[in-house]
Amino acid sequence: MPAITFIHPDGKSERVEISGGESAMEAATRHGLDGILAECGGNAMCATCHVYIDDAWLARLPDMADDEDALLDGTAAERRPTSRLSCQIKITPALDGLVVKLPERQV
Amino acid sequence: MTASGSPVSTGSVSVPHLDVDPFDMNFFADPYPTHQRLREAGPVVYLDTWNVYGVARYAEVHAVLSDPATFCSSRGVGLSDFKKETPWRPPSLILEADPPAHTRTRAVLSKVLSPTVMKQVRDRFAAAAEERVDALLDKRSFDAIAELAEAYPLSIFPDALGLKPEGREHLIPYASVVFNAFGPPNELRQEAIARSAPHQAYVAEQCQRDNLAPGGFGAGIHACVDDGEITAAEAPLLVRSLLSAGLDTTVNGIGAAVYCLARFPDQWQRLRGDHSLARNAFEEAVRFESPVQTFFRTTTRDVELSGAQIGEGEKVLMFLAAANRDPRRWDKPDSYDITRRTFGHVGFGSGIHMCVGQLVARLEGEVMLTALAQRIAKIEISGEPKRRFNNTLRGLDSLPVTITPA
Ligand code: FES
Repeated sequence: MPAITFIHPDGKSERVEISGGESAMEAATRHGLDGILAECGGNAMCATCHVYIDDAWLARLPDMADDEDALLDGTAAERRPTSRLSCQIKITPALDGLVVKLPERQV
Repeated sequence: MTASGSPVSTGSVSVPHLDVDPFDMNFFADPYPTHQRLREAGPVVYLDTWNVYGVARYAEVHAVLSDPATFCSSRGVGLSDFKKETPWRPPSLILEADPPAHTRTRAVLSKVLSPTVMKQVRDRFAAAAEERVDALLDKRSFDAIAELAEAYPLSIFPDALGLKPEGREHLIPYASVVFNAFGPPNELRQEAIARSAPHQAYVAEQCQRDNLAPGGFGAGIHACVDDGEITAAEAPLLVRSLLSAGLDTTVNGIGAAVYCLARFPDQWQRLRGDHSLARNAFEEAVRFESPVQTFFRTTTRDVELSGAQIGEGEKVLMFLAAANRDPRRWDKPDSYDITRRTFGHVGFGSGIHMCVGQLVARLEGEVMLTALAQRIAKIEISGEPKRRFNNTLRGLDSLPVTITPA
């Protein structure tokens, strides 16, 4: 089972296992992880599932769609070059071991 | 309210027939026992009063919301089937549309109501909430529906949309017609439509480009015509969607939150202790009270849902409110808990038709509850709350309260 790691703003990290086809957001909310709100339930509308991707992984993620790009302009914490919406990142076996950082705030 | 006859078998799972009328005044007065009955009867039920299928459990409501190709919206999200009946007004280009038509109009509204736009209006909305609460503190005793739940959205939303000052008194009555019209041809619906002409005329007029102030949400929709995203004929109908769905819903959402916090003082104290819970306290009120109680879909083909066979062209009534309190999904569903993980509730729907104005609603709810928690020590209900009856919306007509300053 692939697993990914979320790093909280205070440096604490949490490893989360992914069941088949889940997005990073779905795995996080299923595990009750603090720091991902996902108010729109993964419908790419709220930008409250914002994460920063670890540099080493950034290039290995699928490209972002225009709607994700537009939504990222509205995140509560600053947008960085490594910003993505975790609901738009499906975790495939190739992404096993992905490390993402949580922003200070989602709203 | 008894099960009529024996369950009729229509496939691998029999669909129980119930003579429940979910659009009846007695039901509206206290829907919870019936919600439980509907959930316990089976994953899919049949309501003989209106000849429709019904789903009241979380899993099935969510499944219907997630499959817009099978459970379509273009034949109307009320009881009326647009394939067989003429709608009372031209259909909404977003609510009553399916992909691919829906995709384009949805994108326009998402852009106009995006997180970026919310950042721009946030300070203004928060300042208005603080002003409102300060005014209420001078009065101490007031009606929390008229003077808070209605007055606050009315003080910001029409301006944010770019409406003229004249005629705004039509806004809430117009929305109430729209939401009553999703119901069956009962008295509520018939009366609402019968007196709708002046409200419809006002709304049609305000949707025109020249009548919308620059910089507002309405002008933002019309600007999409210039970019070729929608046609000039579509823009006014999309503005209409904001006028139909953007005010009465937040009035009921804020009303629900105040009603909850007044009834559950322990939760109020929690919020007082940590103002950052305001957003979740609002969200939990939307789950707990479900201001939008129901919506219909229509099947586009024969389909099996949790073992039940449903034919093509059938109306399926989704009990959003019952799903939001389904014990199969929620721990202690009947308690209002502002620290609950509300993720996944269907108070705003789910999937491609999920409320496009959800960010506005949450922003209004959050800043209002924050302003209340900062300034008020106690909210007490000081008179008998009165319910307002509507075929789709659940809320109060009046809620007398007395507040104590912090
Ligand atoms: S969950 Fe809303 S944008 Fe990702």
